[in-house]
Amino acid sequence: MEERGIGVVETRHVTFAEPPNELTLESGQKLGPVTVAYETYGRLDEKKSNAVLVTHALSGDAHAAGVHFGEKKPGWWEPLIGPGKAFDTDKYFVICSNVIGGCRGSTGPSSINPRTGAPYALSFPFITIGDMVAAQKKLIDHLGIEKLLCVAGGSMGGMQALQWAAAYPDRVRSVIPIATTLKHSPQQIALSEVGRQAILADPAWRGGNYYAHGQPERGLALARMIGHITYMSDKSMEEKFSRKLKSENYRFSFDPEFEVEGYLRHRGDSFVRRFDANSYLYVTKALDYFDLSGGDLIPEGRPCDIRFLVISFKSDWLYPSYQSRDIVAFLRTRLVDVTYCEINSTYGHDAFLLEFDEETRLIAHFLDKTYDSTKGKP
Amino acid sequence: MTDKQPRLDDRIIAQIVEPGAKVLDLGCGTGDLLALLVREKNVKAQGIELREEAIYACVEKGLSVFHGDIESGLGEYPDKTFDYVILNQSMQEVKDVEFVIDEALRVGKKVVVGFPNFAFIKSRIQLFFSGHAPVFVSLPYHWYDTPNVHFLSIDDFKRFCAEKGLVILSAHYLGGDRPVAFWPNLFARDAVFVITKPAPASSR
Repeated sequence: MEERGIGVVETRHVTFAEPPNELTLESGQKLGPVTVAYETYGRLDEKKSNAVLVTHALSGDAHAAGVHFGEKKPGWWEPLIGPGKAFDTDKYFVICSNVIGGCRGSTGPSSINPRTGAPYALSFPFITIGDMVAAQKKLIDHLGIEKLLCVAGGSMGGMQALQWAAAYPDRVRSVIPIATTLKHSPQQIALSEVGRQAILADPAWRGGNYYAHGQPERGLALARMIGHITYMSDKSMEEKFSRKLKSENYRFSFDPEFEVEGYLRHRGDSFVRRFDANSYLYVTKALDYFDLSGGDLIPEGRPCDIRFLVISFKSDWLYPSYQSRDIVAFLRTRLVDVTYCEINSTYGHDAFLLEFDEETRLIAHFLDKTYDSTKGKP
Repeated sequence: MTDKQPRLDDRIIAQIVEPGAKVLDLGCGTGDLLALLVREKNVKAQGIELREEAIYACVEKGLSVFHGDIESGLGEYPDKTFDYVILNQSMQEVKDVEFVIDEALRVGKKVVVGFPNFAFIKSRIQLFFSGHAPVFVSLPYHWYDTPNVHFLSIDDFKRFCAEKGLVILSAHYLGGDRPVAFWPNLFARDAVFVITKPAPASSR
């Protein structure tokens, strides 16, 4: 069968919250103007009832599918988005935007502060998952969409999906939180903090004012290396690297000798070329602040007709399955329509970017059912 | 997709359940029964199933299903969330039957229990004359590969209900492809019971 793809796409931008109508953040601080970078795939139907928002993880961006002109690298969820795929662009209008606080086109600490003409750096206000979703809602308003068919994402993207259900329950029919949690655990906060400390301890970080000098490459690369260990599993590392050496014998050197060392260094080095260190600090803090436990997801007494599809992965130790089961357990107390599947994967947390066949089987039918049951409604 | 005839026990359960009921199927497998109930009785369906492959089959049928074991799956539901909780061909596989029946009766107003009758005549003949653990269509496994951890007869289940103070609302006895009326403990291959727990008398 011929593989049909989306083809060439481009990132667009929308700017809102111009002073004096800035976005008020959860911290109480104000941010404006705010630019959101986004991409769309497929066509919005006449009733605007087929829109799906896909939300990205820590280091993701608006480029979820297709290719940019002149480039080869497809979007980060390419195998799931396109004609005939899980998020079928023959049926659905798929939207993905870069989070605020990020560095891939949306306003973040590396953006120019119009009041000073210099990058915000640490004058950028602290943001939360709630603030990211508030900015996404402005985009959805801008696109004229009254109600999203679905919000779906993995890891931090899953937190945004949950946040949509909590903050704008009337604006979304279904959510698909994947490999995520209702609240960041102390272990997750600890791992975030170690990554941040790697950046803060790099002299090249210069208190956040490094933009004229270049990134704190060592610190950011180290943060990414730590991150990558947490995204894999013991088994997937064994399968991918085992104890393989880059050369035939031990060289008794601190240069990378084992393949796993080379891999981590390569991942770290390529990350510093595409991701801003201050964004890493701000976005990991947003992860740590995330907490929809204790009834915040759906307050008691509020009816909820949102459908949920919760997915976790057996070997994911960064966002372990018990956290997904906690989400489901809570939804049960609220009598919410929920489906849960733990996919038997060995890939660890990375599985949400790799287990496409299983995810497709679940997501495609879940979306179909949601779309069919809401057909005709505005 | 599901052109095959529904099983007799599924058809009987579909007759029992009222239209529009809220139904929880414990050990729902690939969701054939729940899909039948949605199709014919427009029930609000929720399943719980342990096998991952079966979860995909359920989702493909448009069902809402929870991937997990029956024992740990009920705690969060408020009392009497469901009109019916179904344990069809799954009770004999759970470790703690008393706990599961208790929980099922807590979250459901009525509980439907379907199980193979260990005292079925074929089973008795195999054990008595050939001296082997019975293997027949309702109990298709060998002793070493069976998921069943409990073996019971129709009379055993009646006694269990009597001892626990549970009310049997109806009992249905199944042969191969038709109901069995005469001496069910001997001639029925499978049984389907509808039970409930009477509200506790107010203490004074």
